[in-house]
Amino acid sequence: MLSLALAYLRDRPLTTALNVLLLAISVAMLILLLQFGEQARDRLERDAQGVDLVVGAKGSPLQLILSSIFHVDEPTGNIPYESLEGLRANPAVARVVPLALGDNFRGFRIVGTDASFSELYGLELAQGDAFNAPMQAVIGSAVAEATGAELGQKFIGSHGFASGEESSQGHDHAPFETIGILAPSGTVADRLILTSVESVWDVHGIAHDHSDEEHDHEGEDHESHGSEGHDHSDASAASPTGAGQTSRAQAVRPSGLEPELTSLLVSYRNASAAIRVPAMINRQTEMQAAVPAVETARLLDLLGASIDGIRIFAWMLAITGGLAIFVALLNMARTREGDLALLRVMGASPVQVFATVILEGVITAAVSAIIGWIGAHSLIAIARSQFATLADLGLSAFSPVPEEVLLIGAVIAIGALAALIPAIRVYKIDPASVMARA
Amino acid sequence: MRLAVDGIAFSYGSTSVLDGTSFILEAGEHALLLGPSGSGKSSLLNIICGLQTPQQGSVTLDGQTMNDTLRKTHMGVVFQTLRLVSALSVKGNLLLAQKLSSGAHDELRVEAMLDRLGIAHRTHARPHELSQGEAQRAAIARALVISPSLLIADEPTSALDKDNTANVANLLIEAAKDAGASLLIATHDDRLTAHFERTLRLADGKVV
Repeated sequence: MLSLALAYLRDRPLTTALNVLLLAISVAMLILLLQFGEQARDRLERDAQGVDLVVGAKGSPLQLILSSIFHVDEPTGNIPYESLEGLRANPAVARVVPLALGDNFRGFRIVGTDASFSELYGLELAQGDAFNAPMQAVIGSAVAEATGAELGQKFIGSHGFASGEESSQGHDHAPFETIGILAPSGTVADRLILTSVESVWDVHGIAHDHSDEEHDHEGEDHESHGSEGHDHSDASAASPTGAGQTSRAQAVRPSGLEPELTSLLVSYRNASAAIRVPAMINRQTEMQAAVPAVETARLLDLLGASIDGIRIFAWMLAITGGLAIFVALLNMARTREGDLALLRVMGASPVQVFATVILEGVITAAVSAIIGWIGAHSLIAIARSQFATLADLGLSAFSPVPEEVLLIGAVIAIGALAALIPAIRVYKIDPASVMARA
Repeated sequence: MRLAVDGIAFSYGSTSVLDGTSFILEAGEHALLLGPSGSGKSSLLNIICGLQTPQQGSVTLDGQTMNDTLRKTHMGVVFQTLRLVSALSVKGNLLLAQKLSSGAHDELRVEAMLDRLGIAHRTHARPHELSQGEAQRAAIARALVISPSLLIADEPTSALDKDNTANVANLLIEAAKDAGASLLIATHDDRLTAHFERTLRLADGKVV
């Protein structure tokens, strides 16, 4: 019966191809939505894990979260360096990770931070050492793969956050040296270039003091980009992002622009901090405190509403595909009732004839589902290579989720359902009357 | 196998078509069921093939009441309109018949049967690509490929000229002889009587 069902499908290639195409498009859309929704949710939750609060300049809290945790938007501004030590001194706070942003290398963000960043994301080195002096950088695994960077290579960061920004300008005076490559972590760190906060200040000519030895920047400012000849020798290689923490001693500025940070990632020591710390920051400082869980939920709600709309459309398309199969099989049942009556005469049971028609519907739907599935994942692979934002969001091409099996099952069920009425029709065929009509 | 049709009565509403029709076809015997259009030939064949149920009487094969299993394993049918499955090749049609009859494929037998009927060169052709004569041979090959004990043909020469009528009649008789099968041909074409050792004439719902 399977070979007969296949033969019938091959016998009307155009109708079969159109039905398959219609259903495959809907399957591809549904898989894309599923993948995007799942991977975006997974990525957002993974990147935000361990961060209870983000402190930054006033502005959009969502923008602050996007720029500081997911590294996909512009920062809201800068905050005073003192805020770092102020929060670290707060007994309700377990960890504060400083972030100094502003530059990129080929679209990968350069992040000034310290050892606490590695603790937050559980980072490990695959090669080389942790940075322990300014202008040393540890690059994420995706950065290494995309740029081909190797240990010892130097690179020059550009101002801004995207490689294609018109305003971007190279900091030729302050090249970074790659001294470590991170093992893949499945977090945003894979796509980042990590260095010390002081390196970011140095690149932008922001004066600051160095803890271990005398080092004078002579008050160079951000615009001049004139700082050179640093000799930082602090720290050990215990963490991929250096040892110890950015300290007040390093932030003493004799003159010029003040050393600032972009934002702080805060982890609470206890639950009560969730009430006290944000309130304290929002009321008593010029900064804002944004809660990742709240903003991520809001973002997912916004995304979810759009995804739901497209999903309804895709399901309607799938149902249209099912109707097309239904119409094709109903016509088939009419035009081939002679064949099917003959099968009965030759010994086929009514159930076998019924199964032949059901199989046609199921095969059409199954082929559509397979083509749609392959098409969707291939499209993700192509889109990922063409659009950096998708890669930044961590969208990967062949990471099937369990719901895809349910989706494919549902589409096959649509095929079977579409074939049901035509199958019942042929089940009820009276072979004698059909043969007599011929 | 011995086919026994005993006292068959069949009517469409108040119109009686068969009224106590009886005959016996011995194993290996070849007979013609002759009657004009509307005499009930097709109804009788439908009853033998299990497509219609008589109001009275019985059909037995070697003493066993005819049933679906007996029909599909022991009976080959050539229809007036041939009824080759259009989506399948000639070979596919024969393989399908084997599958429905015994649940198994025997490709060697299929190829031998096509060779025997002179259409081996059309093995992979689709029905619409065949000439009328080739399609007729393909339909006969399909009926014979299951090694039937009883071969039934309904008006196999209705659309043929004199020469082809003789050819088809001889072909059916030879094929049935080779297969050792009984042969029953229903027709209104009395030109065929010359080819058969026995003719069953159907008139007023009875075999006379």
